[in-house]
Amino acid sequence: MAMLSFEKKYRVRGGTLVGGDLFDFWVGPFYVGFFGVTTLFFTIIGVFMILYGASLGDTWNVWRINIAPPDLKYGLGLAPLKEGGIWQIVTICAVGAFVSWALRQAEICRKLGVGLHVPFAFSMAIFAYVSLVVIRPVLMGAWGHGFPYGILSHLDWVSNTGYQYLHFHYNPAHMLAITFFFTNCLALALHSALVLSTLNPGKGQVVKAPEHENTYFRDIIGYSIGTLGIHRLGLFLAMSAAFWSAICIIISGPFWSRGWPEWWGWWLNLPIWH
Amino acid sequence: MNYGIKAAVLGLVGIGAAFLVIPMVFGFQKPMIETVQHGPRGVAMGLVYNDGDLAKTAAANKVPTYLPKLPAVGPKASAVYKNVQVLGDLSVGQFTRLMASVTQWVAPQQGCNYCHNPANLAEDSKYTKVVARRMLQMTQNINQNWTQHVVATGVTCYTCHRGLNIPANVWTNATPAPGSDSGMGFAAMNFGIAHPTTVTQAAVASLPSDPFTPYLEGAQNIRVQSTVALPGTDRSSIQQTDWTYALMMHMSSSLGVNCTYCHNSRAFSDWSQSPPQRVTAWYGIRMVREMNNGYMDPLAPVFPDYRKGPMGDVAKVNCTTCHQGVYKPLYGVSMAKDFPELQTVSSSAHPYP
Repeated sequence: MAMLSFEKKYRVRGGTLVGGDLFDFWVGPFYVGFFGVTTLFFTIIGVFMILYGASLGDTWNVWRINIAPPDLKYGLGLAPLKEGGIWQIVTICAVGAFVSWALRQAEICRKLGVGLHVPFAFSMAIFAYVSLVVIRPVLMGAWGHGFPYGILSHLDWVSNTGYQYLHFHYNPAHMLAITFFFTNCLALALHSALVLSTLNPGKGQVVKAPEHENTYFRDIIGYSIGTLGIHRLGLFLAMSAAFWSAICIIISGPFWSRGWPEWWGWWLNLPIWH
Repeated sequence: MNYGIKAAVLGLVGIGAAFLVIPMVFGFQKPMIETVQHGPRGVAMGLVYNDGDLAKTAAANKVPTYLPKLPAVGPKASAVYKNVQVLGDLSVGQFTRLMASVTQWVAPQQGCNYCHNPANLAEDSKYTKVVARRMLQMTQNINQNWTQHVVATGVTCYTCHRGLNIPANVWTNATPAPGSDSGMGFAAMNFGIAHPTTVTQAAVASLPSDPFTPYLEGAQNIRVQSTVALPGTDRSSIQQTDWTYALMMHMSSSLGVNCTYCHNSRAFSDWSQSPPQRVTAWYGIRMVREMNNGYMDPLAPVFPDYRKGPMGDVAKVNCTTCHQGVYKPLYGVSMAKDFPELQTVSSSAHPYP
């Protein structure tokens, strides 16, 4: 792949987190690095294990392939390969690959001398996944509490896990997470629409600048968060959505075992009026 | 760290602090839990219990000591006592033992005189005695004819009464919801937004507080889920749906289980994907209907007004009346096996009244 004349300037050695010069090179446009290699390593093993698990199942229908976690009786121990062991290996590989990817992002940030916002944001997604398949299962005492790897099977798991707490919409952290997801969506839609509206003013008109964007929002709601601020807000909303998603599943079981509607009894039971 | 990340972290910490600190004083549990798998691996069908809750439930569902069984020797109760309509075939010893047991189970404070006139024990002057006789017949009927629900474990008076005159968990018909022109507002309604039910009604959800009248007294179908994806085929109303959900929440909290005890939530209505417990529950619903319509409601002329609900009906049975937070009442311990006289409908039983 061709490299543009100025690209070379940004391809500096060093800034690695481990391994010094090891794998400190590019393949085509891609930076490799130590963590690029570990990403590839975990991905290949993980995908191979998924294919192996699928071959043991009764279908190659991509919607119905299911790699299930072990029975609860295996607790936090290792399960036989064909009874959940594959799920355990896939989980290790997934965590390994995701974390490697975040560290590779961090190395690239260091090479470029930019902030660690991207790996920080991506870590929230990793945290949500790790909450589901590591933190909560460990708190509940069995790997069997993790979710199965399969397009339809993981949806069945989500449904049943919700109904284990009778009505999941009463989960306070789930409420926060949903609110952040929707607000994130709203903010992204407003931001992208605003930018496109100033850059596409109509045939024959002059492209507008941030002052027009700010004025638009000052006119409509009396305040504009500004060009930099909107990105701070976006990062906050997106990370909060992932963060509270993780919290909402960690508290379901370990910290609350009954129906979520009943949790709100703390409000009814406040000493002020109880 | 630049300002943006600082702001984001501070925001998260702030919300987190408010969210965690307040309810931690009142809300969350310690992470000491027991789980029970209730389906194939990886489908999240299972029960989740907190150790603290389990200890409380265990303490509240202890089996009391009771008098030992007596042999059927000596004269029959009907030959010695007058007006023995249901238990006449028992020996005097067995009869006396059951009377003493019922006293311990239902009226430990008041003693024999809760039901009997001490001047004439045979007399039916107290309403409690007439009710007690009918309840004995009901117990026998359950143990003989509803084994699909109570299996060989059976029930005794204690299963519901637990030493109380009136079982702790009973219900009466709710007052009808006032119309919008009644001026009584949302608070007077028995359903709707921001109207939490109690735990035994619908697990403190904002759902109708009386899902029992339509399903456990009436015989409406508990069937609101569409069987096809397209609209226009299912005529279930929002209220029927709310009633159904409320009844199911009631069953869950009564039994100390969650929805997955009887259903695979990917297809609630599909029997082939449901655990066998759903069949037991299906019979239980029919059994409770028979208890309410065949035994409780007909006692309305017998009960004094102060024992009745706002609609003038008598207190009735729901799942919590027996189960009291445990999926097998009293953790499946059978007291009934030591009371064979409660196991079968007495041949000498007079038809009611």
